[in-house]
Amino acid sequence: MKTVFALTAVATVLLAACSSTPTTPVKVEEVRTTPAPEASVVKPAAAPASSAAVTPTQPIAPAKPLEVAESMDGPFPPKGQGGDLGKRTIYYGFDEFAVPEDSKPVVSAHAAFLTRHAKAHLLVQGNCDERGSREYNLALGMRRAEGVKALLTLSGAADAQIEASSFGKEKPVDAGHDENAWAKNRRVDLVYQGE
Amino acid sequence: MTTFRRHLRIGKVWALTLLVGMVGLAGLVSTPAQAELDMAITTEGVRQIPLALLPLAQENLLPSPVLAVVQADLVRSGLFRAVDISGIVPLPSEAKQIRMADFRARDARQVLTGSVQPQADGRFQLRVQLVDAVTEAVRINQSFTVAPAALRQTAHQIADEVYQELTGERGAFSTRIAYIVKGGGRYQLKVADADAYNEQTVLSSREPIISPRWSPDGKRMAYVSFELNRPSVVVQNLATGERKTVANFKGNNSAPAWSPDGRQLAVTLSRDGIAQIYVMPADGSGLPRRVMTTRAIDTEACFTPDGTALVFTSDRGGSPQIYRVPLNGGNAQRLTFSGAYNVSPRISPDGSKMTYVQQSGSVFRVMLQDLDSGQTQTLTDTQLDESPSFSPNGRIILYATRVGGRGVLAMVSADGRVRQRFTTQAGDVYEPAWGPYP
Repeated sequence: MKTVFALTAVATVLLAACSSTPTTPVKVEEVRTTPAPEASVVKPAAAPASSAAVTPTQPIAPAKPLEVAESMDGPFPPKGQGGDLGKRTIYYGFDEFAVPEDSKPVVSAHAAFLTRHAKAHLLVQGNCDERGSREYNLALGMRRAEGVKALLTLSGAADAQIEASSFGKEKPVDAGHDENAWAKNRRVDLVYQGE
Repeated sequence: MTTFRRHLRIGKVWALTLLVGMVGLAGLVSTPAQAELDMAITTEGVRQIPLALLPLAQENLLPSPVLAVVQADLVRSGLFRAVDISGIVPLPSEAKQIRMADFRARDARQVLTGSVQPQADGRFQLRVQLVDAVTEAVRINQSFTVAPAALRQTAHQIADEVYQELTGERGAFSTRIAYIVKGGGRYQLKVADADAYNEQTVLSSREPIISPRWSPDGKRMAYVSFELNRPSVVVQNLATGERKTVANFKGNNSAPAWSPDGRQLAVTLSRDGIAQIYVMPADGSGLPRRVMTTRAIDTEACFTPDGTALVFTSDRGGSPQIYRVPLNGGNAQRLTFSGAYNVSPRISPDGSKMTYVQQSGSVFRVMLQDLDSGQTQTLTDTQLDESPSFSPNGRIILYATRVGGRGVLAMVSADGRVRQRFTTQAGDVYEPAWGPYP
């Protein structure tokens, strides 16, 4: 229970930090993100497992042993494996940059992985949809990436393990010009070095 | 409201000929000019000057047309109407031969006439005269001795002369524009004449390029390249092709803007986490100086024409808005108050107006704000406008938009009355920037 409380406290601090920034975005055009199906639902059961991971001195064996792939550039969790660790994308609303509540377990899972694997190195890449200024979107993508990085480090990952960057609107995953495409493009990608 | 559409095929072959002569010159990689320039002009409530443009005597001796280029420039400005001259026989080629009654009968107010004289050294002498059909005064009487490769450039000069004589403002037909073309898995930074002819490639990359900005003397280009796996600011000498990465700090390095004297660059760096504005020597020699410290995104700076202040985009108030900050210290002052998303500011050369992009519902449009009165005007009727920039005479705003899912360049006059669109077959075209006077 102790660890759950600790995590809640961290989350509260984080939320407070977010809400106290003078730059809370005005929702210009509130658009519900439509993430890929596998990234949509947060299973409550995943929370204890993730929280256990942020206190490595008291490890709780995960239900299924974690698969780790190794490369010359460091270890990484194989893509597409089950659970939050298999998820590599966080989706956002238009002109928003705070990590959405339903994506926080994904960030926690990767923070836990980074904590367990000191040699792992994660690239956090912010992206935006095609509307509006390229330069403002470049800055917005960076802010999204920095937000994810801040949550990762608050959850125990080392600063040196994570590099935040932005492609702005220059690297869409969906070349379409409608809300469906835009929702997929407003994202932060988590890319492990070596994978 | 008058709308007309023309397909301009003039100059296609000539542009190619000119380019062949320029390969290896100027450190630029020459590519064929676009196959077709499809130009749609819309004018609204514009009092157009009726102008008769007569073929130059012996123009058939030239390797490339001149009068058609002059006419295209002037008509494209929206301020001139080409008068139909069919039936006037013989056509005069100098002022004293003009029977004014012929032109007055066709409502022509001005007549442009001229002739071509080949020179022994291979060059051509072009003589042009502009005559007022009512007062019969000769308003322009000039001759140019021109090498074959410079004919198109001279045609733009003639258009500039006519434009200035008849409107009182300096023409911008001899200027150049820069833009990015994305297609075939490549990003290409191009420069071209203001009419989109004579296109040349400055840089071709597999990684994105954004934010090209001409130095005030037109000799260098600053831009943002993603080649080094992160956005970095590069300054390239257009004559030699020599490139220097001037800002490549951790995080994003972007949004270069030249100071009016060409010595400094304002840049946006996110080396401390969030995007902030810095000023640094344009040759990359010194350390960037942070202009402000905020907890918000500050980016897209441009210098005011007097060089004393920056105008920039910031979301410090909760949504992106445009602000102005003096460079010698002092607080930033907000400039935009209507709309929840105002970005990409540029100041007119005389410092009196600002163009920017505003989101309104689902559309993003080019706006103009009078900086004295604060009055704003929506200039465009397109949907996803980006990156507006002023022509050096402040008369026209060049911007990028989307038509049929494709990025295209468009222009609108600063009074919103004349609109035009360029369409090429070259893929997505975006991030245009209008260069300075030559």
